[in-house]
Amino acid sequence: MKAGRLRIGSGAGFAGDRWEPAAELAEHADIDVIAFECLAERTIARETLALVRGTGPGYSPKLEERLRAVLPACATKGIRIVTNMGAAAPLPAAHAACAIAAELDVRDFNCAVLIGDDVRDQLSARPELVLLESGEPLESILPQMASANAYLGADAVAEAMASGALAVITGRIADPSLFVGPMLHAFGWSYDDYAKLAQATAAGHLLECAGQVTGGYFADPGVKDVADLARLGFPFADITPAGEVTIGKLADAGGRVDIATCSEQLLYEIDDPGAYITPDCVLDMSDISLRQIAPDRVQVSGARAAPRTSSYKVSVGYFDGYLGEGQLSYGGPNAVARARLAGEIVKERLALRGFAFDDLRIDLIGLDSLHGPADGRPEPYEMRLRVAGKTESRAAAEAVGWEVAALYTNGPSGGAGDFSSVREILAVQSVLLARDLVPTSVEVVEAS
Amino acid sequence: MTMTVRDIAHARAGDKGERVNVSVIAYDSAGYERLLRELSETRVLAAYAPVAHGPVRRYAVPNLLALNFVIENVRGGSVTATTALDIHGKSLSALMLAISLLGNEPEA
Repeated sequence: MKAGRLRIGSGAGFAGDRWEPAAELAEHADIDVIAFECLAERTIARETLALVRGTGPGYSPKLEERLRAVLPACATKGIRIVTNMGAAAPLPAAHAACAIAAELDVRDFNCAVLIGDDVRDQLSARPELVLLESGEPLESILPQMASANAYLGADAVAEAMASGALAVITGRIADPSLFVGPMLHAFGWSYDDYAKLAQATAAGHLLECAGQVTGGYFADPGVKDVADLARLGFPFADITPAGEVTIGKLADAGGRVDIATCSEQLLYEIDDPGAYITPDCVLDMSDISLRQIAPDRVQVSGARAAPRTSSYKVSVGYFDGYLGEGQLSYGGPNAVARARLAGEIVKERLALRGFAFDDLRIDLIGLDSLHGPADGRPEPYEMRLRVAGKTESRAAAEAVGWEVAALYTNGPSGGAGDFSSVREILAVQSVLLARDLVPTSVEVVEAS
Repeated sequence: MTMTVRDIAHARAGDKGERVNVSVIAYDSAGYERLLRELSETRVLAAYAPVAHGPVRRYAVPNLLALNFVIENVRGGSVTATTALDIHGKSLSALMLAISLLGNEPEA
């Protein structure tokens, strides 16, 4: 940390994110910490399942690529790494990280692993908890439960950082807390200093989706242009001990950081802007101001927060049947009518074969797949039929794509380019769990 | 030509399970006043009727010249269990931007 500020880079905003921008930050942005957020709601359920079935390691599949991209620079410069890429298997992820470090000849590498977010045992013993989404008791999905993870907070991350390990690997952490933790650790703020936690959480929220604050998910050509999206730079935040926050990016990386990009990201996935609940605080954005203080530098001030709640939110992943899908294209004159007819044929075929679906959906991609019924929208030249069915039965799910492909020789003229897939549906609901039921611990893994 | 929200504001959609939030951010304070006047919860629910049952809640964030709309009960259910192509509701800001503005005459 230099010049009285901590600089935290955002190395990834989701499991499928690019990894070059993280390397760019580690090598050129003079950062102190780089945090990778790679766990969407369902990701951890998928990894838990992979672990149980032996089909995957249980941690983020791109852990290796991401660490390889930044480890040499991080080790040389002492940049701390914080990530939830541990997913369902943070300890094995730490061992994998140590193996990569050894292979890259990075000396004295170690990993602090945060344990405790997996609360399947606690939930199994409490079937009476109420699911926030459906209002039903947890009992209704317990037999299908695949994973249950509490969103831990910045205090747990800071505790792991106190071990001094270069990397901190966790499972489920609230996204902003991945960034708030390093600030708590670096500045020694009290976990009850809500003025600081408010600013820190606002910064964390702006950083957690990486490129979404530097011009990703933003461009509308001719109206909102963004330069060089193929080389989009990821953001960093400068934080002072007093809790002043500035968001920025490297000058020569693609993208833009301004009031428009920051405003969109500040409200991203927000319900009531006056009460954004995280494990650390309840953030009030009502009086936040954004000010452009230099090119690609936006100062964030005025965040306030109310005290944190007494419980953790827990994401419960559970099996919810299968999704079968098939697609086929039609082009040229009357393409829409042929695609419509094709969809009706598939629907009738599935009924004739006796398959039942909770939901069977027919989309004409290019006309009505995103925003509801077509009503008078102009007809496109090409039409892609999509049939998707949700069902308890794998055989029924497989029949969807099969019946779409069978349209080649049995359906309307000119059907082309079939695609089909079947996947298990891992649905997610939430419960609240008292904090004292979620003990956490830190284990340090040393590279051999 | 009819003006739309897109002429005076930009927007971003994000999902929260069976609800979606769509922020609308005006380019200037006159635009913000106009959004406040025109984008009622009822008006926005009508624009989203093809994809959601509602209700809709509106929050104003004047410092950001922004309104945040929370639209409940997106058709087809939550992000994790829907048959929809756009499982995250990521394309839903476009419906907000396409809303026509009513009073096109200059303000008195």
